[in-house]
Amino acid sequence: MNKINILLAGNPNVGKSTIFNHLTGLNQHVGNWPGKTVEQKTGSFKHKECECEITDLPGNYSITAYSIEEVVSRDAILNENSDVIINVLDAENIQRNLYLTMQILETGANVVLALNMMKYAEEKGLKINVKELEKRLGIPVKVIDARSGEGIDELIDTAINSTKNPRNVAKNLSYGLEIDEHMTDLKKEFTNVKWQEAIPSWIVIKLLEGDKEITKIVEESPDAKNLNKLKEIQEHLEDVLDDTLEDAFIDARYAMIDGLIKKAVKKPPLTQKEKTDRIDDIVTNKWLGIPIFLFVVWLLFQLTFTIGTPLQDLIDTGFGMLVEYLTPLLPEGWISSLVLNGVIGGVGGVITFLPIIFILFLLLSIIEDCGYLARAAFVVDRFMHEVMGLSGKAFIPMILGFGCDVPGIMATRTLANESDRLTTMLALPFISCSARIPIYALFTAVFFQENQGTVTFGLYLLGMLVAIIVSIVLKRTTFKGETAPFIMELPPYRLPTVKTSLLHMWERGAVFLKKAGTIILATSLLVWLLSNLPLGVEEASESSLIGIIGNFIAPIFAPLGFGDWQSSVALLFGLMAKELVLATFGSLFGVDADTGLQTVLPTLYTPLSALSFMIFTLLYVPCFATLSAIKQESNSWKWMFVSAGLCIGISWIVSFVVYQGGMLLGFG
Amino acid sequence: MKTLTVNDLNPGDIGIVRKYHGSGEVKRHLRELGLVNGTKIKVERRAPLGYPIEVKIQGFNLALRKEEAELIELETNSK
Repeated sequence: MNKINILLAGNPNVGKSTIFNHLTGLNQHVGNWPGKTVEQKTGSFKHKECECEITDLPGNYSITAYSIEEVVSRDAILNENSDVIINVLDAENIQRNLYLTMQILETGANVVLALNMMKYAEEKGLKINVKELEKRLGIPVKVIDARSGEGIDELIDTAINSTKNPRNVAKNLSYGLEIDEHMTDLKKEFTNVKWQEAIPSWIVIKLLEGDKEITKIVEESPDAKNLNKLKEIQEHLEDVLDDTLEDAFIDARYAMIDGLIKKAVKKPPLTQKEKTDRIDDIVTNKWLGIPIFLFVVWLLFQLTFTIGTPLQDLIDTGFGMLVEYLTPLLPEGWISSLVLNGVIGGVGGVITFLPIIFILFLLLSIIEDCGYLARAAFVVDRFMHEVMGLSGKAFIPMILGFGCDVPGIMATRTLANESDRLTTMLALPFISCSARIPIYALFTAVFFQENQGTVTFGLYLLGMLVAIIVSIVLKRTTFKGETAPFIMELPPYRLPTVKTSLLHMWERGAVFLKKAGTIILATSLLVWLLSNLPLGVEEASESSLIGIIGNFIAPIFAPLGFGDWQSSVALLFGLMAKELVLATFGSLFGVDADTGLQTVLPTLYTPLSALSFMIFTLLYVPCFATLSAIKQESNSWKWMFVSAGLCIGISWIVSFVVYQGGMLLGFG
Repeated sequence: MKTLTVNDLNPGDIGIVRKYHGSGEVKRHLRELGLVNGTKIKVERRAPLGYPIEVKIQGFNLALRKEEAELIELETNSK
């Protein structure tokens, strides 16, 4: 039995992932490309007598190697391990899609084209002569329908067959007489340059284009002496063509595509109105665009929480029952405490977020897959860009943050640009998530009966204000000058398939699940350990390690108006999950976390210090789950610690200003 | 004479991209998307807040901010 390695390449939104999922099912692995923050999806499947390993490359418009995604794709294509590249094309968009094809063919790789979405192309009046395309390109072209799976079997047959007799059609490509001639000359000068599986003509193109990586490789090769000749030819060509060579190659590739299109494709006129244009006439309409956007956001929020919250309560009840069931079974003492308070208390609290996260991701996947997400970004981009320096796409994560910061941070994946992604991640924790509501509810009920609503609203506003200021400052300092250009494709509207949306949801949600089992479990156990050491101490009492730590750090909070050790311990537990702040107060005072606390709290706080405490809980580190999401999504510990530092620093300063300011104004 | 760019078009207008110079990643990216010499480009609409601009090229639609739209130069007699 033989084994082959397949690469899936193509533009964004062409159905690559659908084909990948169709072939591999759940037999896939999502990780990162070695040393990169780019997601790598690999999978395996059996086709007839052949073991196939398949890798889904990032969606790219080109492989010029400017972005990390492009570098990753280019290296994978040039790597000797790949036997065949399946280049998926969106038939509606064939002209632009062929640009990537040209670049892939340039590498001399063995390529099979998969023409997807023929149905839509035909609806638009676009006629593609597949036989002609095949003949002119010199490689197999297969029509497929990724969503129904039609044609995929034949595509894989063709791909496997092609590996027996790999084609290299790079020699058929022509960049115009002038360039071609000089390329032939130059090929002789760089015969000693070896890089992956790159063929000489590709090396020459890259050298002419001025590719830094390849130039460096040549500089270190025995052919370095010939770089002078290259420079001469470069200057000569730029002079003759009145263009930089990089641009000349782009033009030449499009000229080849034009030639192909003229022979093999019949196009509708540009003025023809498509279904998508008609939908957009309403959805991104001057007057309706913003109301529709707000409605979608509202609906997203409503659905998530109206469906999710009962499920969340259900899981909560389930854990409650589990505790009740386990309590008599476990021997009293540290084992019981470890299992019940450490593991179930910590991880259980986080697991209850699962329904909300999964529902949210399902809805987000649907919004994204049907094409609306790009429109939402289109509608709010100017606001986001001018106020916060972010792209319109950053709006969705921010909105999600009101529900839960974890999915918000995960949703930053939809942002194409790294500095936008990090800025959004760092600003998000200040948006008041739903876990903080119980704290506001209890504290305002005790200290601000008259103005409960106003104070709570003020807290939300403060959170948003801090988030906006943080992102403005980050965009002006750390990420200065990194304002990403905004060139966003507005894909045609499509009905998303159930399978794709569910898989999408699972991919994202599973990350959270995995985290609950690892990092969150570990921190919960640590906190438990601290509450129960030294041996024999009463759990989480003043003489336990956590109590000692609480006492130790309490002076830090004294200028904020809550220098007692209980507040410190509650805040420490709040790091696990904000819900635990009240629960901790409850257990420290031996009262229930609601009515009991209402009588205890006035002994600890004045209205001013209560306000200061609420502000602190609003702004300090949301929870370990959020921190680990930041670690996961930024792929670095650094940004996680930066986020924690920002949260603690800002919360302290704001609370300090409010408390001390209030004291000066006589509100003490 | 002022150069005509995509930013100068009104919704519904069609322009023809001319050979434009200048380097930079953004321009390269625009060219690689097919906004090369001779390409027809139609301004479909503006976002409710005025920007970005949605343009249509053969087969697909793109959203561009003012800065990007100004980079794409058009034949002066194409409007």
